[in-house]
Amino acid sequence: MSAAQDIATLSAKFGADVVGTKEFRGEHTISVKLSVLHELLATAKNELGYAMIIDISSLDHFGEDPRFEMVYELVTVDDSKHLRVKSKVSEDEEVPTCTDLWVGADWHEREVYDMMGIRFSGHPDLRRILMWEGYPFYPLRKDFPLAGRPSEMPDVAFTGVAPLEGGPFVTSPGTGDVVTREPRARVVK
Amino acid sequence: MVSDSTQTAHAAYDSKIEGNIIFTRVDAAMNWMRKNSMWPMPMGLACCAIEMMASACSRFDLSRFGMEVMRFSPRQADVMIVAGTVTYKMALAVKRIWDQMPEPKWCIAMGACASSGGMYRSYAVLQGIDRLIPVDVYISGCPPRPEALIEGLMKLQRKIESDPALSNQKKELIEDLA
Repeated sequence: MSAAQDIATLSAKFGADVVGTKEFRGEHTISVKLSVLHELLATAKNELGYAMIIDISSLDHFGEDPRFEMVYELVTVDDSKHLRVKSKVSEDEEVPTCTDLWVGADWHEREVYDMMGIRFSGHPDLRRILMWEGYPFYPLRKDFPLAGRPSEMPDVAFTGVAPLEGGPFVTSPGTGDVVTREPRARVVK
Repeated sequence: MVSDSTQTAHAAYDSKIEGNIIFTRVDAAMNWMRKNSMWPMPMGLACCAIEMMASACSRFDLSRFGMEVMRFSPRQADVMIVAGTVTYKMALAVKRIWDQMPEPKWCIAMGACASSGGMYRSYAVLQGIDRLIPVDVYISGCPPRPEALIEGLMKLQRKIESDPALSNQKKELIEDLA
């Protein structure tokens, strides 16, 4: 079976709980409601052969509700098919952990928790993985400035604000020459 | 001091140590000894560390200048080479290791990251190790070539050479007495 057929199978099984499906350049994505997310992942693993999870990430749709979106990348071990599962999460919701399905999901979920602040219910060891325990911010959220924010934990770590000299530097492809497209400094509005 | 006995004076100049006596200042002698046996503490944190390792290997060979004794214990080291990106998570560990090094000690910020944060203008990276510990020599490059590191260490040797530690102590003592 191909990933497209798997999406048809999953859509038939979960019916109205499937929010949408998408195929783009051979990549298959299925979006589902959070309430059936764990069940769908279990089906994908146990019945459709997605024995391996290669990444778990998250998106911040700042200003929308629900605000966050989980993204799971599943593959079969022989790499013959690849399935992406998405599910929207609001700020006060917890995501059911999938460490019971794939042990490798452990650190991915910790990273999502550390960087985006999404909590996972049932996770065996939900600690920060990159930043230290007690760091007060979630750096990959859209409302967190690139330069960082000052924080202080005596004897553990501190952070400061990086000088961006008018940045952050962004390129705007397709307009004018290099000087216009990639300004040395740009004032943040 | 001239001895009464010509015998003794003669013996002194005729001895095995003839020609091995050098007159100098204590400061100069101390600095000469310090600068020719710098023991680096390799604080390798990123890709600069690879170049630092290359500097110690046979092609570039730090030992030509007396700096090859890399010590992984801070208690045995004189000069800390901060080679690489110092993240905030690592920053206090670097400071702690620096504090464990006995005086006199020197610090080299190797490469753009250690000197100023380099290309990492972000929430996670300390914007230059000199915000935590005093730096004697900054080496530019991303990463610097081994020649640049050797040049940096030789710059540090030149700095140590002219260090007036003892005469400063003497000055302080005299000011205290006055």
